[in-house]
Amino acid sequence: MAGFPHEHLIDFSDYSADDIMLLLETAYKFKEVNERRIKKVPTLKGFTVVNMFNEPSTRTRSSFEIAEKRLSADSLNFGGSSTSTVKGESLVDTVETLCAYKIDLIVVRDKHAGVPRKIADVSGVHVIDAGDGKHQHPTQALLDLYSIWQEKVVAGGMAFDKLKVGIVGDIGHSRVCGSLIPALKIMGCDVTVIAPPTLMPARPDVLGADRATSDLDAALPELDVVYMLRIQRERLEGAPFPSLREYNQLFGLTQERDALMRPDACVCHPGPINRGVELDSFMADHPKRSIILDQVYAGVLVRMAALYLLLGGASDGLDA
Amino acid sequence: MALMLKNARLVDPQVGLDEVADILIRDGRIVEVGHGLSMEKGIERDLSGKVVVPGLVDMHVHLREPGQEQKEDIASGTRAAAHGGFTAVCAMPNTSPVIDNALGVEYVKARAEQVGKCRVLVAGACSQGLKGEVLAEMGDMAAHGAVAFTDDGHGIQDAGMMRRVMDYAVQFGRTVMVHCQDDSLVGEGQVNEGVVSTRLGMLGWPAEGEELEIARDIALCRLTGCPLHIQHVTTARGLDLVRAAKAEGLPVTCEVTPHHLFLTEDDIDEAYDTALKVNPPLRTAADAAALAAGVADGTVDALATDHAPHTDWEKDREFELAPFGMTGLETALSLVLTHLVGPGTIGYDRLVELMAVAPRAILGAEPVKLEAGSVADLTVIDPAERWTVSREGFCSKAGNSGFMGVELTGRATDVYVGGYATMEEGSIVE
Repeated sequence: MAGFPHEHLIDFSDYSADDIMLLLETAYKFKEVNERRIKKVPTLKGFTVVNMFNEPSTRTRSSFEIAEKRLSADSLNFGGSSTSTVKGESLVDTVETLCAYKIDLIVVRDKHAGVPRKIADVSGVHVIDAGDGKHQHPTQALLDLYSIWQEKVVAGGMAFDKLKVGIVGDIGHSRVCGSLIPALKIMGCDVTVIAPPTLMPARPDVLGADRATSDLDAALPELDVVYMLRIQRERLEGAPFPSLREYNQLFGLTQERDALMRPDACVCHPGPINRGVELDSFMADHPKRSIILDQVYAGVLVRMAALYLLLGGASDGLDA
Repeated sequence: MALMLKNARLVDPQVGLDEVADILIRDGRIVEVGHGLSMEKGIERDLSGKVVVPGLVDMHVHLREPGQEQKEDIASGTRAAAHGGFTAVCAMPNTSPVIDNALGVEYVKARAEQVGKCRVLVAGACSQGLKGEVLAEMGDMAAHGAVAFTDDGHGIQDAGMMRRVMDYAVQFGRTVMVHCQDDSLVGEGQVNEGVVSTRLGMLGWPAEGEELEIARDIALCRLTGCPLHIQHVTTARGLDLVRAAKAEGLPVTCEVTPHHLFLTEDDIDEAYDTALKVNPPLRTAADAAALAAGVADGTVDALATDHAPHTDWEKDREFELAPFGMTGLETALSLVLTHLVGPGTIGYDRLVELMAVAPRAILGAEPVKLEAGSVADLTVIDPAERWTVSREGFCSKAGNSGFMGVELTGRATDVYVGGYATMEEGSIVE
């Protein structure tokens, strides 16, 4: 494997389309490993990965843990109520302590923006951002791209730079958007963000969105990919919209809206789904449109790829 | 003891002075300004090539004493002031405990007397505990020497309470100074709302959160007649509101900080440098340009630093958890010399108005002029000295400057307070 030109997976701003394609193609190669009876290769044997989850996470953390285990990395879960931050230790001191164990890579989830970069600056080890505040979530974007690539490019015969992608929901508070929109733009996709103005960021264009609208019905007929974001019920205090009912009427992907969509348009969602809010069961479980479970599977593949490329594992890893 | 400052360029627009001449000082006051002065005995200093101006005043600093001496204290903060060329500072009341009664005012004055290296003017709180609920004892604080009142760090959220503050304060002949921030719009905002808040995924602190409260307080100034000073204006539209109030003849003044003039939101990048986290936040380049225009055209009355020292460990953390504020005392004058006087945007006369004349006038302090009879509070500037901002070079306990590593041209070399040197040739006189 030729050297991967990045130390960290924090921000796509210095990633090229080739870098992203290499990640996706590497993920595809790991698919075979995941379909064996014994789903494990010795590729990252001897590497130590710390999963530093300073904020609750079930899906992302499980996905990383499975990816690490299947590559034979030694992994340590660090975080939650056991963190020393509860005892008043600063982030910097915590990271320096971890690094004194001679680890190789930190996967970090934190509720504050910029923490992965801070860790990269003080630690000297590889860092993967597993979601920082409302900022970015690059492995989510990679698994989304992988799923879209498989569905629309490999199977559908379209090119990335011809795809029209619409992202619907809480754009303004979404770390998924912070990574997904720039990544889609690097790949040449056309991106529309669709949300009530109360859930729009101040400057959607800064993220790279080609246009922003609050009219889902007008936007839907153009889209090849409809990406529905989760509405955080727990955040409804402060009320960016009057009720879940009205949100579903205006921005939910309901069965009625099926008729507005291109016949080959697919539906994505980062999970967990709020059925009846952003997505009706008809769409969530739609046998042709929904690629939501493919996204979950892709999560393991792209995380294996990211770990492998950043750590530059044994060159025979894929063949072992 | 007499002191003779010879051959400096003396600049004081208050007396129409801008020429090379000598100053003779005796018993803390200027005795004579003229050419070829001589004296029987005393200290004579040749200041050829230097500029002497009325002593600079920073009307907005946080000395952190009492209560937060790990960040700064009156000894270190006033040394930082002297090192930056200031002869006086106005200390904000958001200490611990809050300076909201006469005892607090007396404490700060007494400490400054004991350990200070510049004059310390004390601003008292408008409301008890800075809570914006109950009036503080402004009358008693005024009697004990408080020069102005402010709930700096907070906007008083309730318009009725703000009206009460201004109605009450007007009888003491003191200015009410306001930090304009509407919490219902600002919330947990971290950086200017717009490009940077979107790019860095942090909550925005919108310009309107400041402008709305500037507009409100100007309306209350019209209603109450209380002199109003808008602290650290940061936006073009906020400054337009002040411009309109002045045109109307209202007793409204304002200040801007060097960091809002010479840094913008674009300086905050993926490094999440917490030194650049300030309140109000760094704004757009267009806003900074509008502030600079206001400095030149007179809309901006004063330059003030909002010197806000913090410890390394408070700042070296998650951006969203780090406290707001940066230091400014030791960089302000040099930044103004480098970025405004050097390129000719303003002259030394305007610098004197912004950093010496207006702050004293707003705070009701005795004017300092380069003429016989005036208090000898003087700042000596070397316009040519080039230096690089560094932590090691600071007298402040804190290193949270947004200008670290920047090369500047021009610096205060000597400072006299009441005829006594507090800094000589760049070193604090102990």
